[in-house]
Amino acid sequence: MSAEQQVKFYQTGTFTVGNRLLDPSKRTVQASIDRRNALTSGHRACQGCGEALGARYVLDAAMRATGGRLVAVNATGCLEVFSTPYPESAWQVAWLHSLFGNAAAVASGVAAALRVKGSDVRVIAQGGDGGTMDIGFGCLSGMFERNDDVLYVCYDNEAYMNTGVQRSSATPAAARTSTTPALGDEPGNSFGTGKNLPALAMAHGIPYVATASVADLHDLEGKVERAMAIHGARYLHVHVPCPLGWGSDPARTIQIARLAVESGLFPLFEASCGEVVRATPIRRRAKVDEYLRLQTRFAHLFDGTPRSAEALARIQALADRNVSRFGLAPRETEHHSP
Amino acid sequence: MLQVRIHGRGGQGAVTAAELLSVAAFLEGKHAQAFPSFGPERSGAPVVAFCRIDSKPIRLHEPVVEADAVVVQDATLLHCVDVFQGLLPDGFVLLNSGKSLEGLGLAQIVSLLSPGHARVLDASAVARRCLGKPLPNVALLGAVAALTAAVGIDAVVEAIGARFRGTAREGNVAAARAAYDLVAGAASC
Amino acid sequence: MLKQIEGSRAIAEAVALCRPEVICAYPITPQTHIVEDLSEIVKAGDLGRCAFINVESEFAAMSVAIGASATGARAYTATSSQGLLYMTEALYSAAGLGLPIVMTLGTRAIGAPINIWNDHSDAMALRDAGWVQLFAESNQEAADLHVIAFRLAEELSVPVMVCVDGFVLTHAFERVDIPAQADVDAFLPPFEPREVLDPAAPITIGALVGPEAFAEVKVLAHHKLLRSLDCIPALAAAFAARFGRAAGGLVRPYRTEGAETIVVALGSVNGTIQEVVDAMRADGHAIGSLDVCTFRPFPFAAVRRALMRASRVVVLEKNLSVGMGGVLATDVREALGVDAPAVYTVVAGLGGRAITRASVRAAVEKAQAGTLEALHFLDLDRRVVARELAHEVAR
Repeated sequence: MSAEQQVKFYQTGTFTVGNRLLDPSKRTVQASIDRRNALTSGHRACQGCGEALGARYVLDAAMRATGGRLVAVNATGCLEVFSTPYPESAWQVAWLHSLFGNAAAVASGVAAALRVKGSDVRVIAQGGDGGTMDIGFGCLSGMFERNDDVLYVCYDNEAYMNTGVQRSSATPAAARTSTTPALGDEPGNSFGTGKNLPALAMAHGIPYVATASVADLHDLEGKVERAMAIHGARYLHVHVPCPLGWGSDPARTIQIARLAVESGLFPLFEASCGEVVRATPIRRRAKVDEYLRLQTRFAHLFDGTPRSAEALARIQALADRNVSRFGLAPRETEHHSP
Repeated sequence: MLQVRIHGRGGQGAVTAAELLSVAAFLEGKHAQAFPSFGPERSGAPVVAFCRIDSKPIRLHEPVVEADAVVVQDATLLHCVDVFQGLLPDGFVLLNSGKSLEGLGLAQIVSLLSPGHARVLDASAVARRCLGKPLPNVALLGAVAALTAAVGIDAVVEAIGARFRGTAREGNVAAARAAYDLVAGAASC
Repeated sequence: MLKQIEGSRAIAEAVALCRPEVICAYPITPQTHIVEDLSEIVKAGDLGRCAFINVESEFAAMSVAIGASATGARAYTATSSQGLLYMTEALYSAAGLGLPIVMTLGTRAIGAPINIWNDHSDAMALRDAGWVQLFAESNQEAADLHVIAFRLAEELSVPVMVCVDGFVLTHAFERVDIPAQADVDAFLPPFEPREVLDPAAPITIGALVGPEAFAEVKVLAHHKLLRSLDCIPALAAAFAARFGRAAGGLVRPYRTEGAETIVVALGSVNGTIQEVVDAMRADGHAIGSLDVCTFRPFPFAAVRRALMRASRVVVLEKNLSVGMGGVLATDVREALGVDAPAVYTVVAGLGGRAITRASVRAAVEKAQAGTLEALHFLDLDRRVVARELAHEVAR
């Protein structure tokens, strides 16, 4: 086994390194020099990969919350492929690659074994939207239904990226993918399809369900910490932009993730036993166009045709519905601390 | 080797009867094999169960083609299943019915067997009396012990005791003994 | 302790004696009684620390076993037919990762057409997955093989499948000697994994292996499976020494000394075949039989040694490789090599059709007379087949 790699800090913005004027207790795990660095450098992810960021954020926070007593089970997908090119591995945590559709079941097995052995080691299962919502849904539902002590984290980049950007049940309406080309009467992915996994998770009545984004590190880390304080089946759905699949600038990954949240298209909330208990209000409401314009997978919506205008309006309506349903409208009078 | 075939309808306990018969034989130090003609069990559908008893280990794994004894738990099967197929000339027949063998139209079959080898008794009535339910399977086992001497009644009773609990045990033991007495005591059918 | 119990119950009790830590299974006929009995044993608190997980599919069952085994827990599952196929991906994964999972396969035909009765097509379908495949001849052997399987699996770090004829054995009440816990404990030490998921010493299990290393990984797995050809006889001897009866091993010949004709088969039909051998020997025929107890890895040398002096070999197999023919027979021919005696393939028992002494004897006599086809279907309704083939031609 190679020795653990220490964290390297480069000059970056205040959110990742941390504000030295901030009370240490309020700083993020990422800001700490002794964070675990569960996913260390040298992996083969694309420049600007949101999933690599999300996985590091989640696992470092989970390692902090559990004192390093954690095992990770990973579904097949981008994260698994770019992190373990034999004979190298970027993981500095006990890690098992399952198969495509069974991360939740394999994790249930790990959790059962740990329980039988009287161990306090915790379990995280992780996978992309394809491995979680489609092929992995049966096993996920089983894990939820049994209330197995696993935190399942879905890194949602809204398509099967590793295999070439094919449509999944997480692909948003009108998005172009290699199997929903921007052609014909309804270019891109159809409206009225897709799954809302957080809602499905809530329907199982499990103790904790939350959504998070790589754009809000504090919020994400807080949710991981709260999740790891609970025993039982838990689900965290993390929105992660994919520059390659979305056709976006790798340098804008976090900005795009933030626009998804601020437009209302990706609401941030937490639920307990099937009921929403907390939602993060939007600081500065953005129009969906601002978000969609930065991704070429939506480029066809900006051709000026009435059909495209209608599609944009429908997407705006989806965002508006989220805002009203979760009560996300910015409260002007509230002083929002970072 | 003695080969017994039990015909019944799903839910009447034909499979349990075969198993208990094998346990009784085991308790007497014999080798026994019991198995059903397998299938998705539906209540009321015809089922068959088999039991082989031998003094040496049983290696065979084929259905009972040539039967030394045939037990028919439900006389209505006579119309739809050839329950006597493969019955050996010196074999035994035991039927659960309130009618007589002639009344069931079996005079011809009876005449081909040795005297006293074909018996009919109302095992359902015995069961209703002893168990409160017309479940004839265990009662018929007592009768099998009396008719064929394949196993003794004490072994049958012990097998019942190991399988059932409480009032079910008492009732089934009583039913088996009652049926045994009926068959062992009666001069002819 | 001697008991008169159902085969499934014997298997469940044997597995329980092996102190499994995680049991996970999905119900499918004819394996159901095994898992039901185990759930009863676990729930009654008779098994110490053991988690019984009701999974949502066979794929999940093998997946849970993988997770448990990789975490250092002794894991067990059971399935049949369609269920085995449904977990195919996970079976290959378990073997590739070298996880010592033990699984009972209640052998059953594969649809379409749907059929719940016994044959060996399911075991055959996964013969290349890298699992050790052992076949039980009786319920006693079925119980004993599970004890041997856990030890074999953990010694070599390879998964083991114990194949038990569905219904014929699983649902039959037979006399079985259930070993004492102390004896099983002496034979089977606690599980010590070669590699384990442990935060104190974190490792990566299941990396992406490219063209530059994949072949070597596979060949090493092949060699490991071949090592079991030495392990299995050693364990059979150790088992016999501890428990006082024979179980397992590579092959088991029956009256093959001086036999001109030898019948080869897997599983419970061997009992029926031995009755035929005895009857024919009594009539003066020089005949014997060979029970192949270990099907994978295929014991080429042991099979060759047992058969090479015969004039003819009749392989009776409960499966049909549609479009090809016999699978066991093909392996037997390979074992015998160029100077082989005549090898006949007799496909019998498909979809649970009974294999009778009379039919086996008739086929053997035809082989002796030289009138048996190279590929023969026992007790086939030739009229039906001919009629349907004629319809096809007329189409």
